[in-house]
Amino acid sequence: MSAAIAPKRSLLARAADDRMVVAVALALVATAAVVAGGGLSGYRVNTIGQLACFALLALALDLIWGYAGILSLGHGLFFAIGGYVVGMHLLERSVAETGVTPDIVQFMGWKALPGWWGPLESFPVALLAAMGVSFAVAFVFGWASFRSRVSGVYFAIITQALVYVAMLLMFRNDTGFGGNNGMTGFQVVFGVPIQDPAVTKGLALASVLVLLAALVACRLLMIGRFGRLLVATRDDEVRLRSLGYETLRLKLKVWCLSAVLAALAGLLYVPQVGIINPRVLSPELSIEIAVWCAIGGRGRLAGAIIGAVLVNAVKFALSASLPELWPFVLAALVVVVALIFPNGLLDLGKWKPTLLSRSRALEARDATP
Amino acid sequence: MTVAVLIEGLTVEFGRFRALNDLSLAIDYGEVRGVVGPNGAGKTTLLDVISGVSRAKAGRVLFDETMELTRASEAEIARSGVRRKFQKPSVFEALTVRDNVAIGLGAKPAPDGPEKVARMLETVGLAGDADRLAGELAHGQKQWLEIAMVVVAEPKVLMLDEPVAGLTDEETERTAALVKALRSPGRAIIVVEHDMDFVERISDRVTVLHEGRTLFEGSMARARADAAVVDVYLGR
Repeated sequence: MSAAIAPKRSLLARAADDRMVVAVALALVATAAVVAGGGLSGYRVNTIGQLACFALLALALDLIWGYAGILSLGHGLFFAIGGYVVGMHLLERSVAETGVTPDIVQFMGWKALPGWWGPLESFPVALLAAMGVSFAVAFVFGWASFRSRVSGVYFAIITQALVYVAMLLMFRNDTGFGGNNGMTGFQVVFGVPIQDPAVTKGLALASVLVLLAALVACRLLMIGRFGRLLVATRDDEVRLRSLGYETLRLKLKVWCLSAVLAALAGLLYVPQVGIINPRVLSPELSIEIAVWCAIGGRGRLAGAIIGAVLVNAVKFALSASLPELWPFVLAALVVVVALIFPNGLLDLGKWKPTLLSRSRALEARDATP
Repeated sequence: MTVAVLIEGLTVEFGRFRALNDLSLAIDYGEVRGVVGPNGAGKTTLLDVISGVSRAKAGRVLFDETMELTRASEAEIARSGVRRKFQKPSVFEALTVRDNVAIGLGAKPAPDGPEKVARMLETVGLAGDADRLAGELAHGQKQWLEIAMVVVAEPKVLMLDEPVAGLTDEETERTAALVKALRSPGRAIIVVEHDMDFVERISDRVTVLHEGRTLFEGSMARARADAAVVDVYLGR
């Protein structure tokens, strides 16, 4: 490789990432416009809204896995925190506005919803509670783990155990959140009956716009000094510490930010599917989030969104026709991507002739069987 | 002349292995101290304790005659002005050369940071590669980049762990010139290295470690003539 062209490579790679982020952001704007336009069926709009929530969840994971090198296999926990809090909010509103006693009151053997849920009737309170609880759980767990310098696969295993414990806990009726049945039977969202197409549209639109805002904000954060320090932590944490940086603080900040984003995703998701139960805490779902990121491409934000949308779109299509095929399709997808695009599907972009440098051409040749 | 690093009765154990055994050592400001010795003598362990990576079982390490380093964290030690280049070139491969050096400035960089980074890159000859990713550099360039990362913050104690390992003769030559240029009255430089000619060229004094203790301290010329040093390390 000649020295003259060498310095441009890293800049080119960065420019390619920027283009992908801009392309995904424009696609989100277009999606928002189409949803707002009203030409789509309610089913399509609802699907778009759900995909946006999964994409936001993947974005949250990419912040910590792709940039800081911290793999969480328990992000379903934070998603569930957002989901349960909004579930409580929706039940409170439903009772207040329709007077109908929800099923949860009967099967839990209550007379009414627990008194301490009361404040959650206000949406701002519910929003703050979802963000606050996810932040607090992430802070305590992250502080304990990072302080003890638990990292890599050990950290991943602990997060997996954490989400599993949470699932077992939430399956118990005595825990007080509806047990196995969870929460369902929501009647109204912001005073509008939940079956109203305006609710479907509003929620989908909100999900897409929150995703867009999160993408732009995270990208700005990641190309700045904070993002570079996260990458430095990932590449060589000991080196960074012995340059005078408290990596514990860096990791804790991004970990908590990621947890709050995941909680927001759950908060937007649950009104759109009308139910929250302990199954979102299953270890499989949490592992799947990592799969979305890996398939799309880690550490580039756009990759996480593309991966989440792609995998879940295929999942939606298959679960309508051949649900039993899904695990095999997912496994095949993982294997194919790992073999051909070890850095995710975003590497497809590297095949553009304008970006080909000698070493890229070699990489591409080596990677293709 | 004040003592930059004072080590007293330092013992470090890994399980049943005693890496440092009641070691005492004083390194002054203004000097370049070579630390040599056979594998397992405790050279890297010594740097690990000073930089806070490893913990001592007994003894103390006093920096600048006031700060006890055996109880401080790695980040605190680095911020107080004690910096270290690792044995294996440790750079942030996914960041640019310039970003690597900028990070070396520390958590609260001064406003003239960019100029300092630019000057540092000139000094180590990497100015032309500033926008490349550190992972694309050759081995020797990574060694220099890491030196630049630790030197840019103008440390009072600079530790270099095998700075010329794997370098060509020409690169070794340039590294020796660089270390000599870094020598200053307000700085102590500690160099761990196996290349005896390199150590002789840059060091004011050498400490020969053997089985976690000081075997010899003095000039390299006298070390070469010392019977015990020849016996355990240099060979006949």
